[in-house]
Amino acid sequence: MSEAFEGSGRLAAAFVNRGTSSFIDFLGAVNPDLLPGRREPFQGDSSRLTPEATTIVALTFPGGVVLAGDRRATSGNIIANRDMDKLFRTDEFSAVAIAGAAGIGIELAKLFQVELEHYEKMEGRSLSLEGKANRLSTMIRGNLAMAMQGFVVVPLLVGYDDSREEGRIFSYDAVGGRYEEHRYHSIGSGSVYARGALKKLYRDDLDEEGAAVAALQSLYDAADDDSATGGPDVYRKIFPLVDVITDDGHRRLPAEDVERLAESVVQGRSERPDGPTAPLR
Amino acid sequence: MPFYVSPEQIMKDKADYARKGIARGRSAVVLQYDGGILFVADNMSRTLHKISELYDRIAFAAVGRYNEFENLRLAGVRIADSTGYAYDRRDVTGQALANAYAQHLGTVFTESSKPWEVEIVVAEVGDSADTDQIYRITFDGSVVDERDFVAMGGSAERVTGALRERYDKDASLADALSAAMHALTHENGEQRELEAAGLEVAVLERAREHRKFRRIQGPRLNRLIEQVRGGGGGESEDGGESAEAGDDGAQS
Repeated sequence: MSEAFEGSGRLAAAFVNRGTSSFIDFLGAVNPDLLPGRREPFQGDSSRLTPEATTIVALTFPGGVVLAGDRRATSGNIIANRDMDKLFRTDEFSAVAIAGAAGIGIELAKLFQVELEHYEKMEGRSLSLEGKANRLSTMIRGNLAMAMQGFVVVPLLVGYDDSREEGRIFSYDAVGGRYEEHRYHSIGSGSVYARGALKKLYRDDLDEEGAAVAALQSLYDAADDDSATGGPDVYRKIFPLVDVITDDGHRRLPAEDVERLAESVVQGRSERPDGPTAPLR
Repeated sequence: MPFYVSPEQIMKDKADYARKGIARGRSAVVLQYDGGILFVADNMSRTLHKISELYDRIAFAAVGRYNEFENLRLAGVRIADSTGYAYDRRDVTGQALANAYAQHLGTVFTESSKPWEVEIVVAEVGDSADTDQIYRITFDGSVVDERDFVAMGGSAERVTGALRERYDKDASLADALSAAMHALTHENGEQRELEAAGLEVAVLERAREHRKFRRIQGPRLNRLIEQVRGGGGGESEDGGESAEAGDDGAQS
């Protein structure tokens, strides 16, 4: 914290002056080295420098939104980590999940979390959900140079919008494009399979547990067909992580609840390996 | 015309000036209760706060000149957030923030002709009451590590005296608020009736997840004050208060 003081012992002007309510702008002024995206681009082949995080799914239900992620990180055809946490609570009413370059993604999620809290404390009120979504856009755009080097990070933002009293989902592309998704969405290498599953399982009247089960089913399908996505690991007791956001705020489903739901999904698959079916008509 | 003023006299004049400035404003109290730390300030404004969140477990209370302590608050949030981001959330401590404020105020006091007319408290709620920390920092940069309760502002001595009569470390939230309100009515010797609209109340709630700071305002504050008026008891309501979801204090 030494940079907080001027030589005399006073707090440096950047700390005391009214200035900005953005943590990123503040850090850019006093300690830019800590910010991602301001570094020299890497030279040469950097594709193996950070493992990849894969499938994330999100779906809304009346009164909230569910976000779930598998636990696998891969480096080429190596499993780099079996119990990775790709979901980040960013404030009371929002969460971010990452797919793509894991190292950069975690850093970005952490910075986004501080950014939201910092704004809230400085201004005495939180950003609107739209405001949060746009702020994340800018941050992804700031990572463009790294994305060009192969360190693409694609986040998925979910949140409870108290002005509309519903859960909302925002997806992003590598250049910071922001797209609102309706009902459900999935990102990562297994997302095509997960999205297919969600398309069949999604209903407008799901409750919280129903939405969580649909998320687990879709992650199972992603793991089934995508080698970079981890399925439920019943021997090591490693199951997907599931976050729920409602007007009560953000909550991570307790491990034992997820375990119970995941085991029922696995049990169902022992009878029907391809999972539940939707009615034909 | 050359003239001489002794350093003692200069310091004394500055201290008198700062004390007078602080004494013009109304008081604030910070006290421990059975669920954490309670902050109560005599404050007519609904938007210009004397009590604020600095970080997960740390809050800030101030009296004196608003623009000066607001600058200190902003600096505290910046120091806390940059430390937490660069290291870890657990590495942000009330003690480090108190030291930063003390450094700053001490330097301003000795080097500027006008000292800052502020008195602040930095409080950190621990895992148990024994590990709670309350630091009082005055305009000249001195820091006192307080136990149990602190009063600052207008007539701090009288308020402290009144608070001592009623203080109980194991009091419920309603009882602690009752003691705080009793103390604040002793401002300037006048016996005033305090209204919810003139009070700023917040807590650092030990049992809360993630961020412990929560403002108590609107209907919740009215209910709590009603309880205080209705005899000061109310263990039962206490549980109901914390279970109540939706209005997140950190939001307000």
